[in-house]
Amino acid sequence: MNDTLAELTSVSRSYQKGKERVEVLHELDLGIPAGDFLAIMGPSGSGKTTLLNLLGGLDKPSAGTVRVGDAVLSDMSNSQLSRWRATHVGFIFQFYNLLPILNAQKNVELPLLLTSFNRAERAKRAAIALDIVGLKERAKHYPRELSGGQEQRVAIARAIVSDPTLLLCDEPTGDLDRSTADEILRLLQILNSEHGKTIVMVTHDAQAADYAKRTLHCDKGKLERREQA
Amino acid sequence: MKYLGLIWKNVWRKKIRTSLTILSVLVAFLLFALLSAIAYAFKAGEDVADAERLIVIDKVSLINMLPIAYQNRIASTPGVQSVTHATWFGGYYQDQRNQFPQFPIDPYAYFSMYPELQISEQQLAAFAKNRTGAVIGREIAEQFNLKVGDRIPIQATIWTKEDGGRTWEFDIEGIISSNDPRGSSAYLLFQHDYFEEARRFAKGTVGWYILRVEKGANPAEVANAVDKQFQNSANETKTSTEAAFSQSFAKQFGNIGLIVQLIMGAVFFTLLLVAGNTMAQSVRERISELAVLKTLGFEDRSVLGIVLSESILIMLIGGLLGIGLGKLIIGIVAPSMGAFLPGLYLRPESIMLAIGIMFVAGIAAGIFPAFKAMRLSIVDALAHA
Repeated sequence: MNDTLAELTSVSRSYQKGKERVEVLHELDLGIPAGDFLAIMGPSGSGKTTLLNLLGGLDKPSAGTVRVGDAVLSDMSNSQLSRWRATHVGFIFQFYNLLPILNAQKNVELPLLLTSFNRAERAKRAAIALDIVGLKERAKHYPRELSGGQEQRVAIARAIVSDPTLLLCDEPTGDLDRSTADEILRLLQILNSEHGKTIVMVTHDAQAADYAKRTLHCDKGKLERREQA
Repeated sequence: MKYLGLIWKNVWRKKIRTSLTILSVLVAFLLFALLSAIAYAFKAGEDVADAERLIVIDKVSLINMLPIAYQNRIASTPGVQSVTHATWFGGYYQDQRNQFPQFPIDPYAYFSMYPELQISEQQLAAFAKNRTGAVIGREIAEQFNLKVGDRIPIQATIWTKEDGGRTWEFDIEGIISSNDPRGSSAYLLFQHDYFEEARRFAKGTVGWYILRVEKGANPAEVANAVDKQFQNSANETKTSTEAAFSQSFAKQFGNIGLIVQLIMGAVFFTLLLVAGNTMAQSVRERISELAVLKTLGFEDRSVLGIVLSESILIMLIGGLLGIGLGKLIIGIVAPSMGAFLPGLYLRPESIMLAIGIMFVAGIAAGIFPAFKAMRLSIVDALAHA
């Protein structure tokens, strides 16, 4: 394995739910090497999405440190986290979360609005990203004109268009049939092996986890390592 | 500017809803354009008033006449440079609907008092020479297709002639106009000498005096001095600036400015509710999209700016269309109303004010939904998507 890209040290995350304080993650330690493809499995409410949110700078730990690359996310302000996310991390969601008012190309261009690239450069980079996911011909189609698998490919193109080092996938195949899910997972494998993206994928699906290099099981705020066979 | 495409697409997310909101904004600003043009037309007299001109009227009422003998006494008041007079004639042309002011005056003295009134020397000489001569404003000439050389009959509603007749005929000797775009010349001037000779009653009187104060003289002191001369006489006077006189004259129709403000206040309050509701709905139905934008790296203030810009854009589209339509309607209507309501046009300052209101209303309508979007928790919003 390469150097550690992301590291969680003694991370706890708890929420106030009414009068009760619910601890979702408890003093969790995790190292993710650069180039890793990590699957995190676990039952609902086990804390796996919370873990993903902490790695992506969408949430802050109640205690402990989250570091990705040189950035200590747990010490950053909301504005700093926003700027960091724009260039260092790509998100892929279960329900794609494309903007229905924009066509595929414009959806992919969205993260580039936060850069200094001009219109032509943005269009060029979006076209390259769509080409990588095999949807160059569908650039002008709106989400409603695409299948679920195609929508998820557009979402992946949007996640990689800024060339982030880390891709965070929250149930990326949860809304897809088996064969489409396999296509998406193969695409993630290619992004990992050929494009050097470090991927952390949260999933319920054991078959999906098989595409990862290693799998961790999350339960009651703790991680349990199970190496791939 | 990079976000303009995104903002534009968001505005038109629900075409029917946005169109209806824009329509309501359009109607509000159309009303604003029409009412502000009318309000300004009513106060046009104040705007073009000359600070060195004073008006002397009867202290009790404008409709009471003043003796012509007052002219020399006013002229001899310290601080008075020149004096002339005018009288309300109150007639109509051909039909009672064709109302415009007519004033019997002293030609040379009157035009000397109102240098902003444009007339050629030749036409002024012809007017002064012809006892039944008259000059008319450009607006009237255009509206009734009148020209120099025409004979114009005016039906009197007050001033009957010696022979009991009510028709006064005048020869048009000139066309006048105002060199001030806010001013009006939508009236007919004819010779006081002819009026004095031909009218049946109130001979030896005039409606009011107009005086010009000398350079350096204090208009308020001059006004006091004039009024003091006629204290305890049968016709006490009230002297005021031309602006004050125009204001009190316009108020005979009611406080137009206040009426306009009240109407516009109600219209814009309703508009804010409509536009605010549109923006609130728009934000509510795309919580998850806003969360995605923030996930991608859009900062809180960018999200705030995007939502506020949408609100302002809706106001600007509807508002500019409304103002444009209002300007078009005023342009069509104004020539036919020139005699009744001169100076009816949409002033640049009204347009600037309207644009200012569009921005303020846009911010007011969008600020709460924008704050809601800005404060959105990504984790919560995505969890409930």
